[in-house]
Amino acid sequence: MPRPAISVHGLRKSYGDRTVLDGVDLTVPEGTVFSLLGPNGAGKTTVVKILSTLISADPDSGPVHIGGHDLGTEAQAIRGAIGVTGQFSAVDGLITGTENMLLMADLHHLGKREGRAVAAELLERFDLADVADKPAATYSGGMKRRLDIAMTLVGSPRIIFLDEPTTGLDPRSRHTMWQIIRELVTGGVTVFLTTQYLEEADELADRIAVLHHGTIAAEGTAEELKRLVPGGHVRLRFTDPAAYRAAVTALGEGTRDDESLSLRLPSDGSQRELRSLLDWLDSAGVEADELTVHTPDLDDVFLALTDGTRVPHQSKETAR
Amino acid sequence: MSTFSLAVRDSSTMLRRNLLHARRYPSLTLNLLLTPIMLLLLFVYVFGDTMSAGIGGGAPDRSAYIAYVVPGLLLMTIGSTTIGTAVSVCNDMTEGIIARFRTMAIHRPSVLIGHVVGSVLQCVVSVVLVGAVAVAIGFRSHGAGPLEWLAAFGLLVLFATALTWIAVGMGLISPNAEAASNNAVPLILLPLLSSAFVPLDAMPGWFRPVAEYQPFTPAIETLRGLLLGTEIGHDGWLALAWCLGLTVLGYFWATSKFDADPK
Repeated sequence: MPRPAISVHGLRKSYGDRTVLDGVDLTVPEGTVFSLLGPNGAGKTTVVKILSTLISADPDSGPVHIGGHDLGTEAQAIRGAIGVTGQFSAVDGLITGTENMLLMADLHHLGKREGRAVAAELLERFDLADVADKPAATYSGGMKRRLDIAMTLVGSPRIIFLDEPTTGLDPRSRHTMWQIIRELVTGGVTVFLTTQYLEEADELADRIAVLHHGTIAAEGTAEELKRLVPGGHVRLRFTDPAAYRAAVTALGEGTRDDESLSLRLPSDGSQRELRSLLDWLDSAGVEADELTVHTPDLDDVFLALTDGTRVPHQSKETAR
Repeated sequence: MSTFSLAVRDSSTMLRRNLLHARRYPSLTLNLLLTPIMLLLLFVYVFGDTMSAGIGGGAPDRSAYIAYVVPGLLLMTIGSTTIGTAVSVCNDMTEGIIARFRTMAIHRPSVLIGHVVGSVLQCVVSVVLVGAVAVAIGFRSHGAGPLEWLAAFGLLVLFATALTWIAVGMGLISPNAEAASNNAVPLILLPLLSSAFVPLDAMPGWFRPVAEYQPFTPAIETLRGLLLGTEIGHDGWLALAWCLGLTVLGYFWATSKFDADPK
């Protein structure tokens, strides 16, 4: 088994009485995308800050290794292996995009010619060549984010931490960012990503962990996590209250929602089950105005794990 | 790469960044220059006659007072410039780019060293500009040869380095720019409580030791001695001790604050 890029055992952090991380365990294999999900204030950013050597863990924390280096004793070696794009823009707004890139090249001790080449190539790749000579403070949010990631890539880090990289980006910029992340992983880079967008984790991550109350509430692939919660169902919606009442009486099961005149029947969404369901509805004489099939998504998982009460989800509906 | 050459290389990179900032946004530096220049003109043209009569005990002699007041104002210029340093360090720390620097394998104090060297260079430029104004309104040195000028320059650089490290520490402990500029006020207040404008003998007895042994007075007296040929005495050593002491204190204070976990 290859050496993990990141291994974390019993990570703890508290500020005074407030415990933010209460024993977090994580393992991220090399060349994979790991996504840390969690509600606001769950401590995702704190995890990234500690793993990227920005702040220290509590003394009673367990061992943490990044790129094979011990966090407690070899912070500088870790810094040489990682790249970080934090939640808040880490660009120098007073200087231009090119100057920001050259600053990174200098700090990575690239030669003058090499530094210029790398800067120009990354600015081109991130679609910033046109604005390269304008001060970064004048950039839009999406441009700043792209410059931020471009700066992170100057030193060709093998492990990259991205703290909510697409928060505040428009859909197009978000898809560009996803493309960039996929390209990085293809090149063998390990990506540690935090996000609030379950779709993003579903789209990118090989493994996902849900952080809640300072511990990992669940961890696995998106498929594994979705299997944790029962969420699949078929929804029948009626426009005529009389038809709705007739259906409720005829079917005698399912979850009623009298306000929207809809009925939810458990189903795994397979063709076989749908066919038998439709046959049953026909034989019972039920004629719904709309039938939608719901499969459980990460929203269901997230809500089930981070909140006691289940909220019916809205996304991933397929209207028939 | 050895630690030393890494330190030099990263510090010069950081210095280039700070100089770029200063060159592109010179307003803060220029604003800070106004205070010493205004004070120079105020004390020479408005108070000059009275002050010289009071100090000399004879007829008003404005040109004598120019000679007296300029060394103090040159050092005050340094104090005033370093307020800008405290503010810009504080502003810089709130920038995300500093968090990026902290997660990079660079010589850690280079971020601060870049600020310090940049600020000392700014001090030199400011002192030259204020000095030029002083010469323009009639300041002339007496009996200062190349050695004295060199020593005067060295003193100004050492003094600027010392105050800058203190200012960097003040910038680091300040939550915002306003607080930074408030915290740095002693750097511009101290010269008012020194021998910059009136000699120590003109001060009340209980206050004299305070004025005599604070960092500005020995430096001012030394500069006066070098430029005007007055008696330096033990002030030279005192000034040197203050410069080195404040530099060492400021360095350890600032780097330990910078190494602490950011909020």
